[in-house]
Amino acid sequence: MSSVEVLSPPRAETGGGGLVRRSDLRLLGSELRLVMTRRRNIAMLVVLALAPTVIGIAIRLSRPSDGDGPPFLTSITENGLFLVLTALVASLPVFLPLAVAVVAGESVAGEASTGTLRYLLVTPVHRARLLAVKLSAICFYALVATLTVAVVGLVVGGLLFGLGDMTLLSGTTVGVGEAMVRALLVSLYVAAMLTTVAAIGLFISTLTEVPLAAMSATAITVVVVQIVGAVPQLSAIHDWLFTNDWLAFAGLLRSPVDTGPVVEGLAVQAAYVAVFSALAWARLASKDITS
Amino acid sequence: MSLTATATAGTGVDTGLRLATKGLTKRFPGGQVAVDDLDLAVPAGAVYGFLGPNGSGKTTTIRMLLGLVAPTAGRSWLLGEPMPKAAASVLPRVGALVEGPAFHPYLSGRDNLRRADAADRTVDPATSSRRVGEALERVGLAAAATKRYRVYSLGMRQRLGLAAALLRPRDLLVLDEPTNGLDPQGTREVRTLVRELAADGTTVFVSTHLLAEVAQICSHVGVMSVGRLVAQGAIDEVTGTAASRVRVHSRAPGDAAAVLHRLGLGGVSVEPGPAWSSSDGVDGHHGHAGQAVADLGTADPSTLLAALVRADVPVEQFVVERPTLEDLFVALTGEGFDVER
Repeated sequence: MSSVEVLSPPRAETGGGGLVRRSDLRLLGSELRLVMTRRRNIAMLVVLALAPTVIGIAIRLSRPSDGDGPPFLTSITENGLFLVLTALVASLPVFLPLAVAVVAGESVAGEASTGTLRYLLVTPVHRARLLAVKLSAICFYALVATLTVAVVGLVVGGLLFGLGDMTLLSGTTVGVGEAMVRALLVSLYVAAMLTTVAAIGLFISTLTEVPLAAMSATAITVVVVQIVGAVPQLSAIHDWLFTNDWLAFAGLLRSPVDTGPVVEGLAVQAAYVAVFSALAWARLASKDITS
Repeated sequence: MSLTATATAGTGVDTGLRLATKGLTKRFPGGQVAVDDLDLAVPAGAVYGFLGPNGSGKTTTIRMLLGLVAPTAGRSWLLGEPMPKAAASVLPRVGALVEGPAFHPYLSGRDNLRRADAADRTVDPATSSRRVGEALERVGLAAAATKRYRVYSLGMRQRLGLAAALLRPRDLLVLDEPTNGLDPQGTREVRTLVRELAADGTTVFVSTHLLAEVAQICSHVGVMSVGRLVAQGAIDEVTGTAASRVRVHSRAPGDAAAVLHRLGLGGVSVEPGPAWSSSDGVDGHHGHAGQAVADLGTADPSTLLAALVRADVPVEQFVVERPTLEDLFVALTGEGFDVER
């Protein structure tokens, strides 16, 4: 009987008020502090910062010829801003999702393994509220991780190659100011792509009390989806894969901005986030907490 | 023997009870019945000792009471409100220690309490650091407040768990094995703490298997055995139900036994006792001192004593032996040392 009661949404609690109250922000603040001050999570940001640094130095030393390596690579020597884009493209398939998978896998399973989950729930923290706070904190970490890559790319690129006007994919040239705005939009788009990883990780994290299992399962999911996306024989389902639109930010580098693929990419992630958040909720709401 | 309380009338619940269950049952997916048809009744102001051997269903019961585990059947109330429906409004008034303390190992004791306080949406954030400081002070952890939880000893961890339960005034405390891992001083401090809290009007529900502790601080007890509640009530009431015996030390134990027998007491016997009055007795009498022993039953001890004196039995000591909690516990839950399932 009470699984139904546990499932019922939070009622107007003491003092009433809207869905989110100031006191909820306290828990979110505590969660953000927990995620952002954890040494392992900081260490992952340091590793992510190494990606643009290493790429920048390598290019500076070797000056590759046309056609080699990832997109934008040859343009870097002309404009350090391209290092931002190169670093993001290089980090997106593995490094960024891996970092997010670690934080997401830890989220609920970590609390379950230390036993703090039971104390949060008897405080009480409503199970839906807990998931909302956890998902927000993971997404915040994803944003910080992406911006780390972008900002370090900007600094290293600026130092090694200088910053200048940028020639967009559509051929028009824009000034440094607008180019930086475009780079910021690309970063935000990349961070948005990681919200699906966050939601999948959150769901998997509700399935186990072993954080490491949740982390690796999430990371493996992301890798497998990308492999499926790379197999031409499976092209029928490619449009359904959440990784399919990850590089659609090219539309942001055109003038005028081509919003079509960007909006589609965001919509796909939103759908995935909705589905996996709902699954996480269904799982946690009915779960007996015996950890 | 079962002393199930009659406080839960019909399908409702006595609002005077701070904690109550009716028919509470938990059957785990494997088919194992962890808690079977439990009717708990904890009156306001009680210090309720929840006893039972390991694996008797105490922790599962506590988890159901706090809404962590969904019962298979039955209902429960905290502070007169149905659980888990009223969890949002009731649980802030309930401090809990469930199956040992649990905190983030890489945060300090103080930061862990801050996080616990931040999770409570019903408290005033402005008073947070003061309350955290007071809670640490109260459990004697102020000096270790900035150390990381991972370097805390078991006793310090237990204290931090108690501090979290005391972050704000509570109407009910649910404490699962609160003295686990504490040294004798720590155990004493917890005992004092529980007494103080009870004196302030907090109802305390404490699960333990340390019977000496229960006898010292509890006003009520409930005894679990293999998922069922086998006894419950005020502590005198519960221990009183086990057979009390009357023991008469006398120089003429045979005469005493005869009187007891005449008064209708069962199980009368004579035991040769130590001639305790002879060594330094005023009259220096060296008789065949001994003891007459009988089951008290429903007899009134004062009537017995008067009858013995009227019959000129030289009574030197008259003792009514109430069974100890330990006798009762073993009688109810079995002598065996094995885990029952």
